[in-house]
This record gives sequence, C-alpha cells and structure tokens, in this order.
Amino acid sequence: MSTATESHEDTHEHGMSDAGYIKIALILAAITALEVSTYYVDFGPLFLPSLIAMMFVKFFMVVSYFMHLKFDNKLFSLMFYIGLGLAIFVYVAALATFKFFM
Amino acid sequence: MAETATHSADHAADHGHSSTGISNNKLAMWLFLGSECLLFGGLISTYMLYRGRVSDGPHPEQIFDIPFTSVSSFVLLMSSLSMVLAVTSAQRKDYSRTNLWLLVTAILGATFVGGQIYEFTAFYREGLGFSTSLFSSSFYTLTGFHGVHVTVGVIMLLSTVGILKKNRATGDKAESVEIVGLYWHFVDVVWIIIFTLVYLIPA
Amino acid sequence: MAIIERPDTATVPAVVTPSQAFGVIKRPVASSGWREWLFTVDHKKIGIMYGAVALFFFIVGGVEALLIRLQLAAPDGRILSADQYNQMFTMHGTTMVFLFGMPMAAAFANYFLPLQIGARDVAFPRLNALSLWLLVVGGLILNASWFLGGAADGGWFMYAPNSGPVFSPSNGVDYWVLGLQVAGLASLIGSINLIVTVLNMRAPGMTLMKMPIFTWMILVVQFLLVFSLPVITVALVLLMFQRSYGATFFDVSQGADPLLWQHLFWIFGHPEVYVLILPAFGIISEVLPTFSRKPLFGYPFVVFSGAAIGLVGFGVWAHHMFASGLGPVSVAVFSIATMAIAIPTGVKVFNWLLTMWGGKIWYTTAMKFAIGLVTLFTIGGLSGVTHSVAPSDTQQTDTYYIVAHFHYVLFGGMVFGLFSGFYYWWPKVFGKMLNEKLGSWNFWLMVIGMNMTFGPMHILGLQGQPRRMYVWTEARAGEGFFNLGFWNLIASIGSFILAAGVLFFLINIVHTAKKGKVAPADPWDARTLEWITTNPPKPHNFDRIPVVHHLDEFFHRKYAEDTATHTMKRYATAEEVIKAEEDAADAHIHLPSPSYWPLVLALGIGVLCMGVVYGVPVMVVGAAILVFSVFGWVLEPSTADDSEIDPPSVDGSTKEIAPIG
Repeated sequence: MSTATESHEDTHEHGMSDAGYIKIALILAAITALEVSTYYVDFGPLFLPSLIAMMFVKFFMVVSYFMHLKFDNKLFSLMFYIGLGLAIFVYVAALATFKFFM
Repeated sequence: MAETATHSADHAADHGHSSTGISNNKLAMWLFLGSECLLFGGLISTYMLYRGRVSDGPHPEQIFDIPFTSVSSFVLLMSSLSMVLAVTSAQRKDYSRTNLWLLVTAILGATFVGGQIYEFTAFYREGLGFSTSLFSSSFYTLTGFHGVHVTVGVIMLLSTVGILKKNRATGDKAESVEIVGLYWHFVDVVWIIIFTLVYLIPA
Repeated sequence: MAIIERPDTATVPAVVTPSQAFGVIKRPVASSGWREWLFTVDHKKIGIMYGAVALFFFIVGGVEALLIRLQLAAPDGRILSADQYNQMFTMHGTTMVFLFGMPMAAAFANYFLPLQIGARDVAFPRLNALSLWLLVVGGLILNASWFLGGAADGGWFMYAPNSGPVFSPSNGVDYWVLGLQVAGLASLIGSINLIVTVLNMRAPGMTLMKMPIFTWMILVVQFLLVFSLPVITVALVLLMFQRSYGATFFDVSQGADPLLWQHLFWIFGHPEVYVLILPAFGIISEVLPTFSRKPLFGYPFVVFSGAAIGLVGFGVWAHHMFASGLGPVSVAVFSIATMAIAIPTGVKVFNWLLTMWGGKIWYTTAMKFAIGLVTLFTIGGLSGVTHSVAPSDTQQTDTYYIVAHFHYVLFGGMVFGLFSGFYYWWPKVFGKMLNEKLGSWNFWLMVIGMNMTFGPMHILGLQGQPRRMYVWTEARAGEGFFNLGFWNLIASIGSFILAAGVLFFLINIVHTAKKGKVAPADPWDARTLEWITTNPPKPHNFDRIPVVHHLDEFFHRKYAEDTATHTMKRYATAEEVIKAEEDAADAHIHLPSPSYWPLVLALGIGVLCMGVVYGVPVMVVGAAILVFSVFGWVLEPSTADDSEIDPPSVDGSTKEIAPIG
C-alpha cells in the first residue's frame, strides 16, 4: 500500500511550528469576532451563508491544523471524513423529509 | 505479483508492527471521532427540528445571552491552542512544558464548563426547565452532552498531567498526549458548530 | 493461563510476587480454571464465550418464538395474555437481533479474524474482553425485566409515542433502553477494535485484496456498526430522557414529531440489517469454494459488492417508513435507492452460483447449510424487492408478509450462514468433528421447519393478517385455501420442526464433546490462513507469523499448477505445511496478560445504568466503580511485568515468557 510510505515521511514533518499554531489561533479568533459581529450588524441576505461558511472554515482549520489531519496519514482523514460525510448526508436527508429546508 | 507483495511486506516490517505503519491507538481514536460525528449530528438535528417548537416558556432568541456565550466560546477555542502547544512540547520531550500547557487547557475547559453551568442556572431561573418545551429538552440535551464531553476531557487532561508527573505512563507519552489532544480538539470543533447553529442563527 | 516456550519449569521454585498494578488489587497472572476464562484477553477464548452467550440467547429467543406460535396455532389462543404476547414478540425480536445475531457474528469474527489475517491477537485485547462483558451485562439488563415488572412491549423498533410512559407504564422499556445502550457500547468498542486489527495487524504480504473474504465482510460490518450505532445511541438517549427525566421529545401534545424516532431508529436499523447478514455471506463465501474445490468466483466482485451494500445501506432507511406519510418525493427517492441495493446483493448470489458451477461439490453439512442460504436468502430477497415498490409495500406494511420476508432473509440467510460456519469451523475451534449424520438431521429439519413456518406467512400476510396480532377468531378466518386457521396451524407445526432441528444441533454438540472424531489438521482441504496452525490453535496462534503471497494462501502452499496439464496438483499435505511453520518458530513471542479491569468496568457500567431506574445512589456507586476501573486500566501495562509471572523466567533461556490469558 502506498499510504504506508507516505505516512512515514509525513509523521516526521508533523506540520507546523508553535508560531504557526499561534497564527492559526489568531485567524480563528478573528473569524469568531466576525461571527459574533453578525449579532450586532445586519448582514442582510449574506447573514446565513456567511455564518455557515465561517463555521466550516473554522471547523476545517481546527481539524486540518490543530488535529494534524492535513499532515497525517490519509487513513485518519478517511475514517473521520467518512463519519462526517455520512452524518451530514443522513441528517440532512432526514431533516429534508420533515420539510426543514423549505 | 508475489515479489511485490513480499517487498511491501518487508517495507512494512521496517516500520514496526503495523501493516499500514500507523499507530493502533491513533487509528482507534480517529474512528471513535468519526463515530462521534454521527452522535452529535443526531443531537444537533434533533435540536434543529425542535428549536422553533415552544409550547410553553421562553423562546431561544429571548433567552440566549450572545455576548456571554461568545466569551465562553472564545475560551474553548483558545484551549485548542494551548492543547496543540502541549502536544508539540511532548513531541520535543519537554514534559514540564507539556504539563504546563495541559493545565492551562484544563483550566480553560473548566472555565467553559463553569460558564455553561452558570448559563443553565440562569435559563432555569428564567423559566426554561428541562421539560418546559421541545426547545428546552433538545437544547439542554445537546449542550449538556457537549458539556459532559468537555468535563470528561478536563478529567483526561488532569489525569494525563498526574500520570506524566508520576511517570506512570504505560505507552508512548507524546502519543498519549496527542490522543487526548485529538479528543479535546474534536470537542472544540463540535462547539464551533453548536455556537453557530444554536446560538447565532435564530430559529 | 498457560506459559509457553518455557524451558525446564520444573526446576524453578514457585514464587508469586505480583506487583500491584493499581490500588489493592493484584494482577491476575497465575490463573487457572474459571479465572482463566473470566480474566482472559485471548481473542479465541473471548470468541468461544461470545458464541456460548449467543447460543444461550438463541435458545431463549427460540422459546419466545415457540410461545408466540403456540398462541397463534388455534383460534382464541389462551397460552399468553395480550400483554404477555406483546412482551414476547418484543423480546423475541430484540433478543434475536442484539443478543444472538450480532454476538454470534462477533464470536466468529473474534475467533477467526486474527487467525485469517495471521495475527496473534486483536489490536486491543482488553477492549475485546470489555466488549464481551458489556454484551453480557446488556443481555442481563434486557432480560432482568422479565422478573422486575414485565419486559418491554413496544415491538423491537419501539415506535414513539407507543414507547412513552403513557402507553408503556412498566419499567420494561427502561430496561430495554439501558440494555440496548450497553450492548450497543459493546458493539461500538468491538467494531473499532476489529477495524484497527484488520487495517494494522495483517501478516506480511497480506494486502487488502489478498484478505480472506470472511475478513472482508466482517470489516464492512464493523464500518457499518461504527457509523450506525451512535444514531441508535441518540435515539435511546432521547427516549430515556423522556421516560426517566421528563423530556418532551416524543410528546405529541407539545408538538413533537414521533417520526423523529422512526428516522433515528431506521438510520441505524437498516445498516443493522446488513450487519446481521454480511457475516453470514462471508462465512458461506469461505464454505462454498472449499467444498466446490474451486476458488471463489469473482473475488473482487464479492468484495466490492459487499462494500457497496455497506455504503448504499446508509441511504435506504426510509423504506421502512413508506406507510408513515413521508411525501411522494422522499418515497420515490428511497424506493429507487432500495431497488438499487438489490443489485450488489444479486451480484453475490451469482458469484456463489458460479463458484459451485463445474465444481466437484462435496455435500457436507456445512455445504448444505451454505446452499440452503443461497436458496432461502434469494426467496427472501425477492419478496424484499416487492417491498421496495412503495405502493405494494403500503399494502404489505405491518402484515405477516413482512414477517415472512425478514425471516427468510434472517433465518434463511443469517442463521443458515452461522450454522454453516459452526460445521465448517468446529474442528478448528474444538479439535473435533461435528457428527455429519446428526448434522444432516439438523439441516433437513431446519429447512423443512423453516419453510413450513415462514412460507405460509406470505399467504397470511397477503390475506391481511396483521403483525403483532395476539389472537384470531374462527369467525373471521376465511374459507378454503386462504383460511387463516389452516396456515397458522401449519406455521406453528413448522416452528416445532425447526426447534427439533436446532435440538439436533445441541445433541450434536454434546455427542461431539463426548465421543466426537478427533479432527485431522485439514479436514476440509481448506484454503485460508486459519488452517496453517494446529486444531485447536495454540494460544499464540502461529509459531511463525506466516508470510502471504496469494489469496487463499493455504491452498497455494498445498497445491501448485502442473505446467503440463494446466491443472492444480497437490504437492504438500497440510501437516507438512504446518510442520514447516513450526520448524521456523519465532523466538520471541509476547502475548498480552489477563486483566480484571474489563470485567470490573463492565460491571460498573451495568450498575451505573441500573441507577437510571433505581435512583441516584445506585448511579453514584456505578460511577465510582467505573472511575476506579478506568484508572486501574490506564495504569496497567498490557503485558505483565516479569516479576508478576509465576514462576519467574530463567536467565539464559532462548525463549521469552509468554503469559496467556
């Protein structure tokens, strides 16, 4: 399996320096500030899409960098994203049958 | 065909015991987290379905204290930074630093849980009991489940500190810290979703 | 507990000084007798215990089924009251699915998966033991309800609001919820364990596409479990909060949507169906090639159709809810998805047929059960396709036609597959051959009984006999060929023939244990890795971890192609192959040591759950045991220290000690 060789090189790099992580944290903090600002400032029609987009950006930043998924073995990503994908699929479908999105 | 097979087998053998070259413990943790996605997905969906169904008691937008929750969300988000710093210290075998950052993470986590307890009591005083409405039941169940996860995380962090200090670790120390970290970040990530879907987007 | 590869132990003084792993409890290192089983972490012993537990619950569930059939055998049945009847069918379904079907598959998986991939144990031996004990605790909680005020009575899918405190006032549903929660936790832990085992612990050379097909199917099942169990966990938590703590989730007067339960239950429940059937598919995909003396036809197709079933299995759950008013779009989507899932299943059936085609078929009992599965499952599969057509399903919903369908796929499919596995692998596990003559009785009585029981249910269902009806009257039974009374009687007689078939199996077990024929090394001329070791296997499974070059590695070590005739010719006997491995035995074999903690932790979780019914003090005790055992567990190394082994090892020996639990 080709993943075996990739993983081994990757685990040695292990992503980022402490400064890099602090940078990520600052970006996350800034996005959170922006999210909270939607409570005070009217974003109009952009309100919902921008909040959802920011939520996903934060989610994937934590998962990719803090949890190393970006640098780690692809098998870990597979395990996690199968679960995440299935969760989104089944629950969105179930909510759709309740006419939640209409 | 047979030759390539043995070749890759020898290759795997060089990297320790596992066929894929990755750690059993980490793989198990990631599988568990994949599974947890469906657990929290179910609870979040239940809340989304029921958040507007208030037969009695306060509505979500009447009761949520966005500034307060924003602060506690920020505290939890920053605990992810201290956690990742604990992991990198452990990988450098700098265990006193590791313990320091783990403690910081635990304190931030405990602050978040404290905030949640405060929030729950405040809501309860305003008339939002567990069985008041569909909204209240699903809200308390979702955030309560998350709170229990954070509490378990805090206990894990403190235990890790104790185990590292007494040198009672039974496995690779850096890996243990990393696995506790994965759990911790996941709890944070779930809150990122809850904060947006539950608090910021009104019903 | 056994100690292997230890030279001249007789000269060593027996000094026992176990170190204290945690607190006051000493590690169980020198155990024997019952302790050998209670504290074991050996996947083979755990597998056997899984099997014993599952077989016990198979009998319990079977007795429940017989009572149901007795009640319905004649008009105005008086064997059971309406309430008892409700409890009986609820517990029959629950027991057969959660306490027989899943654990028996887990028994096979536990025992054979490490052997088939050439590993010495699973990835997490203590978690494996925890899964077993949690299952036992879950089964006890579920069945304790019989003696504590009545069992659950809402049907095995426990639809809301029928499951709420208003319509199910006894504690039965509470025990049901808690029991399933604990059994679900057992399966979740087990599934993570087995996935890691398959991915990480394969023998050198065993790529994913060289794995035995049984291992593949088990892998797919574990993925289904790991991603579907959390959904039922959510559903059960909601129900528990409603029943015990006053939540409102399914309270229609508050505006709740009872369909939420149905969705959550079936998002779990449909993958669960494949969790039950795929291990049986895996077993017969080993049995059919072995007894046809041919490789499995289209191995990659069987693998990928199994994976496809797993994936699509997550997208068809709402076909259980066609009658609930989902709306035309949802019904159409799920109807088409359901038809689609028949395709990979059909692919498998053709693979099995073509495996047998042109083979030199050896009609052993295992083979008969496997052929029985192919036939009976196909019948059940075809009636399943009729359910995928929503208008037809609307008419059939909650009739005996459904009961007929799922018993053909689950009894004709799952149970026949498991029995095929019993006969095929019994010599491997116990070193003795099950009697073929008794086996033949076992098989034919089960085939006849099964078709007599479930065949007429198609007619009953289409005539409109509703499911879960506790009594029927002669006045409404109808005339002639479609008389309900006649077919109900046939079904009831059939169920006793079926029970007689199972009884022959139990007799066979006793007979074999007492005077069964000792199994040769390779009784079936088998093909896969688990046979490259003794019967039963040594505690450490393999003297040397085998290096794999082929799919069906064992077959290829015995046979090679004769270049002149282009046929496979036998070059070595199984004994020679095993001998070659033994001669090259590994010097250092380390196995994990036994542990108390899995058992203690499982008990703690059991007590904690009882706290939901019996109040906070019980819960606190349970939580205390839980915390205590988790810390004990974490602080205990997986392999016992040398000082903990009795007797301590001798310096200068070439072999390391290998304590085995």
